[in-house]
Amino acid sequence: MKKTLILTTALCGMAFGASAQEVNLLSWGGAYGNSHLEAYAKPFTAETGIAVNIADADNPATPIKAMVEAGNVTSDVASVEYADAVRLCDEGLLETIDASTLAAAEDGTAATDDFIEGGVTDCFVATDVYSMVQVYDDSKFADAKPAGPADFFDLEKFPGKRTMRKGAKFNLEFALMADGVPAAEVYDVLGTPEGVDRAFAKLDTIKNDVIWWDAGAQPPQYLADGEVTMAYAFNGRIFDAAMNDDKPFKIIWDGQIYEMEGWVIPKGAPNMEEALQFITYSTGTAPQARAAEFISYGPPRKSAAAAVGNIEGTEEPMAPHLPTTESNMGNALGSNLDFWVDHDSELNERFNAWLAG
Amino acid sequence: MASPLDPHAAIVTEAGGLDATLTTADGTPLKRALARASRKSRWRAFLLVLPLLAFIVITFVVPIGQMLHRSVYNDGFAANMPQISGWFAETEPGTVPDDAAFAALSADLQAAAEARTIGIVGTRINYEMPGTRSLFTSTGRKVRGGVEPPYREALLEIDGKWGEPELWASMRNSSTAYTGSFYLASLDRTRDTNGDIVQVNENRRVYIMLFMRTLWLSALVTVMTFLLGFPIAHLLATLPLRRSNLLMILVLLPFWTSLLVRTTSWMVLLQQQGVVNDLLIWMGAIDESGRLKMMYNQIGSIIAMTHILLPFMILPLYSVMRTINPSYVRAAKSLGATSWTAFRRIYFPQTLPGLGAGALLVFILAVGYYITPALVGGASGQLISNMIAEHMTGTLNWSMAAALAAILLAGVLILYWIYDRLVGIDNLKLG
Repeated sequence: MKKTLILTTALCGMAFGASAQEVNLLSWGGAYGNSHLEAYAKPFTAETGIAVNIADADNPATPIKAMVEAGNVTSDVASVEYADAVRLCDEGLLETIDASTLAAAEDGTAATDDFIEGGVTDCFVATDVYSMVQVYDDSKFADAKPAGPADFFDLEKFPGKRTMRKGAKFNLEFALMADGVPAAEVYDVLGTPEGVDRAFAKLDTIKNDVIWWDAGAQPPQYLADGEVTMAYAFNGRIFDAAMNDDKPFKIIWDGQIYEMEGWVIPKGAPNMEEALQFITYSTGTAPQARAAEFISYGPPRKSAAAAVGNIEGTEEPMAPHLPTTESNMGNALGSNLDFWVDHDSELNERFNAWLAG
Repeated sequence: MASPLDPHAAIVTEAGGLDATLTTADGTPLKRALARASRKSRWRAFLLVLPLLAFIVITFVVPIGQMLHRSVYNDGFAANMPQISGWFAETEPGTVPDDAAFAALSADLQAAAEARTIGIVGTRINYEMPGTRSLFTSTGRKVRGGVEPPYREALLEIDGKWGEPELWASMRNSSTAYTGSFYLASLDRTRDTNGDIVQVNENRRVYIMLFMRTLWLSALVTVMTFLLGFPIAHLLATLPLRRSNLLMILVLLPFWTSLLVRTTSWMVLLQQQGVVNDLLIWMGAIDESGRLKMMYNQIGSIIAMTHILLPFMILPLYSVMRTINPSYVRAAKSLGATSWTAFRRIYFPQTLPGLGAGALLVFILAVGYYITPALVGGASGQLISNMIAEHMTGTLNWSMAAALAAILLAGVLILYWIYDRLVGIDNLKLG
């Protein structure tokens, strides 16, 4: 009896030792987290035998800061927004990732050239591009349809409430674009006090008709409830509602503001090697293209953009719904990270004071 | 034998001699046996509460202590820029930076850039002076290879901002690890170039307004729950038990329902395209263009919070009202008091312990309310807790979040103290 016990314990120990090859992934949950599971984690485990444990957080950047500062790091790879990645990297909370280990494209283009600008930095490798887009409820505008940022601020021509994100970021840029500033000059204008005043003055014109949203799930909800006729919201959520719930929501790509998300490795990650292996695998062309079939966030690799197939479970191509597709990039603005890291708190305080006033 | 040093033994000896000492069966003096036994039971009692004590210390006292510490401590600049911090320590506020200062600064910048801590330094200064974080990171990239003297000219060439007095004042403010600047910022104040405390620019003043709004809204919700809850509690307390039990379930049912479910139900009811507005239009009370705005503003916050917090007022009131003897009111009336006088002078004062407990519960819960205002409050219904969350998860400025939370905590404690002086905590009756 005792012998059996010892034997099983030893076996368990061995089994545990054998399965120790694993990667702990910190993701966002929801449809986005699901794309990580289906397009990256499952095929990666099938190919390498390394288990991927996925945990969810509201914003993985927050637990990373807490984990590294407390010296108890349990995640190996985390998905964070570009701005947070640079901020955490500058604060020494992330491991650096050697860009030369990333997989080259099939035609041999080096990874660093294959990614869009800013897609690979010291500590960060992009996995997808998402954007803030203008959306309208098609059933509410029978004749003329809104076409660009200026129409969002035109309450006479397009009556009804709007919904915008409760915060300075995205809204100030959008207001300037609506006021006639070309995308390329938005941050130059916003860098001056007059530019900020101009953006707030433009927001003033619709202030009384805006419902402010906090969580990404709210704008499609407001649209579906008929509370608002137009929204400025994340494209993935709107796509989900339009696609899965069959809502008449139309996206206007003119005036979109795009931003990247991607992998980082928290400083002191327990399974560094497996983490790098996972990053190399998941940022390869094929998994990148596959992920975009699950959620309408564009792949940051040029070689992957062409390889994106149909929307998962349908016969409809995904490409027209991605922010990175050429025809959608007409008047697109890349969110300026340096600007927001510098002015985040200042402009948000002003924004909150403006809201309350 | 009791030793002469044993006080118990000495007393016994003086009182009646050695022979009079009471002993247990095995010969130990009775007092000592008793002391041992009671010590044992004290220890047992202590061991029983030990898990709770440890739980409270680990999950409550330590985190709050850490939070309070974080609100006054941020060594982002001091620890990573030691030389220039030393220069600040030796000079008076307002001193114009000399060559030694620039030499120290450039040496520190170079060291911080090489150690990859320049971002921490930049973030810390950015709290004091917005727009400077990238100044540090970009300068860091340029000085990584080393800087040639003269340092002042070298740094000014990289970026003219290095000569600005505001920047030097901000660095001086941050040059000690212990700082009150997060508390100043929480009160919409900052230090100017001379080190004097001044208000921040008018269009950035937001925190005091939010604190005031939080207190005002919480007080209003407390009054609302009192006005709505008092008659219900009275009804519950005076009805026959069978019927009051049924009513009690109606009070408790929403109490047991998830907060999110109740909040979203209010959204369905009160939004402009919602049930209540539709009903009013159907009845002809309002027309299509006059739909009422009852959601995504302060009214939405007040209605939803009042409903959610109502049971916290009703339950303590009810438990106190149950114990009030109805013969007091009858006696007052038989002595000639009108119903109003009997209520005002006899019944109401006896409900005060319950009212106090309910009001305190509702108010303190309301002050910290977060998810309901976030969902239904819109722009005008946002409270200070939403800003704390913003600094926790959005800007990652935890010192600021800690300072705001500490001020909120202090405010609640002061109110608690005032309450104790006015009503007395001993009078509190929770059930």
